[in-house]
Amino acid sequence: MNVTIAALTLRGMLGRRRAVLLFVLPAVLLVLSAVLAFTGNDSLGVSTGVLEGFGMVVLLPLIALIVGTGVIGPEIDDGQIMYVLTKPIPRGSVILTKYVCAVGLITAFAALPILVSGVLLLGPGSDVPWAFAVGAVQGGVVYGAVFLALAVLSRNAVTIGLIYALVWESMIGGFIAGSRNLSIQSWAMSSVDELTTASTVEVDSSVATALVLALLTTLVALGLAVRRLSTLTLATAD
Amino acid sequence: MGVITVENVSRWYGNVVAVNGVSMTIGPGVTGLLGPNGAGKSTLIHMMGGFLAPSAGAVRLDGQDIWGNPQVYRHIGLVPERESAYDFLTGEQFILAMAKLHRLPDPRGAAKHAIGLVEMGYAADRQIGTYSKGMKQRIKMASALVHDPAVLLLDEPFNGMDPRQRLQLMELIRSMADQGRTILFSSHILEEVERLATHIEVVVAGRHAASGDFREIRRLMTDRAHVFSLRSSDDRVLASAVIGDGSARSVRLTDQGLEVEATDFARFTRLLPRLARAAGVTLREVSPSDESLESVFSYLVEK
Repeated sequence: MNVTIAALTLRGMLGRRRAVLLFVLPAVLLVLSAVLAFTGNDSLGVSTGVLEGFGMVVLLPLIALIVGTGVIGPEIDDGQIMYVLTKPIPRGSVILTKYVCAVGLITAFAALPILVSGVLLLGPGSDVPWAFAVGAVQGGVVYGAVFLALAVLSRNAVTIGLIYALVWESMIGGFIAGSRNLSIQSWAMSSVDELTTASTVEVDSSVATALVLALLTTLVALGLAVRRLSTLTLATAD
Repeated sequence: MGVITVENVSRWYGNVVAVNGVSMTIGPGVTGLLGPNGAGKSTLIHMMGGFLAPSAGAVRLDGQDIWGNPQVYRHIGLVPERESAYDFLTGEQFILAMAKLHRLPDPRGAAKHAIGLVEMGYAADRQIGTYSKGMKQRIKMASALVHDPAVLLLDEPFNGMDPRQRLQLMELIRSMADQGRTILFSSHILEEVERLATHIEVVVAGRHAASGDFREIRRLMTDRAHVFSLRSSDDRVLASAVIGDGSARSVRLTDQGLEVEATDFARFTRLLPRLARAAGVTLREVSPSDESLESVFSYLVEK
């Protein structure tokens, strides 16, 4: 972990125009939850529907995609990463720092809004908001690693990430039962299910399997990112 | 120390060979890496800077492999050609961050010193995004100098600079070299290299074409005949004057004017205006028609 790289990363993330999206998406969830609570449409079914349907399916992967690719992708594209890589710093430390920043930002802009929305809808006494918040952090830990690795491995990381989140997780996952075992979102939902007694959250797969797969995916993604960064060649026209 | 050795290095991208069996040794002083655009200069500098693995051969700094060895950056400072730095930081914040990344004992002092070296103190608290090209080049230079490296690699450092900025940077590079540093800079402009480098390495089409003292190579280049295209108020009269003077190997009358093959570039350019005035002819256009670097370099390669 390198404090200087973390500071550069956070300034780069929050100082760019795309940072607006980091604020807009959670704001939509919070406003939606506030309106539902205010109008009395805050039954357990509706509330878990919003937290899962918008929080876990839309907000979490999108924020993770923006953040996971954003902590390193633009620096590689613009060549600024050169200033970090021409220092006697192990590549593993660069990736780890970027990753910690990514997970921190995903927690702040996805998990925390999900928790606040849950509390708005169901009150602080319910275990549902906390279960969703923990699930979101778990999802963020895996998404962050995968999208970070994608950004180091490919210049089309955002497109590939979008296809994964929208096509694989949202669509194919809904049709093919087995594919849900290979979805970061469903691993996160397994934990949510485990942590709440609410009958409206029901996931088939076992939480132990989900956690093992999530951990493995995270480690493999980070390993790949370190390896690729160690041999990163910056394209040149000459 | 600070000696870079390139040993029989090749680099290819798929089927394209960018650098082909190059060997050279870069020691203290200013070395110019000269070659036309696309000759493989950046590829070579990237390999020396540890950003590109050689497909074959080895690049070493004082005997240590550069590729895959981040510790060499304690001794190397690199100024990339690309303009972008962290535009949202001020010059001072940028250099301070670089000093901290090097884990220098006194990052603030080192940053201040490096900014002073490139005379950017007056703009250090402005965001890099607001800098001119020359200022960006100098702040990038400060970032490469902040840890006082023995070796400085500069990729096309004068690109986009105005003449005054060029002179300033040349002075800076000279003073860095006087302190015993090894400095390598790439350029496709002969005049830049001539003014700055004591030693040059020429690459053409990925191959090492020449190496050594600049004057020696310059002589090789000026030995050849130079072709000029001329247009004047009376091409026929001018042609006979040039032939009469004997400073040209051949003179050809074409639809566009005259084509003169001069044996001595410098003498001919001094003589021509005098010849024209004496013959009462007005010169409208004088252009060296084969002076492009590529033709000079291919001449060198043929040699």
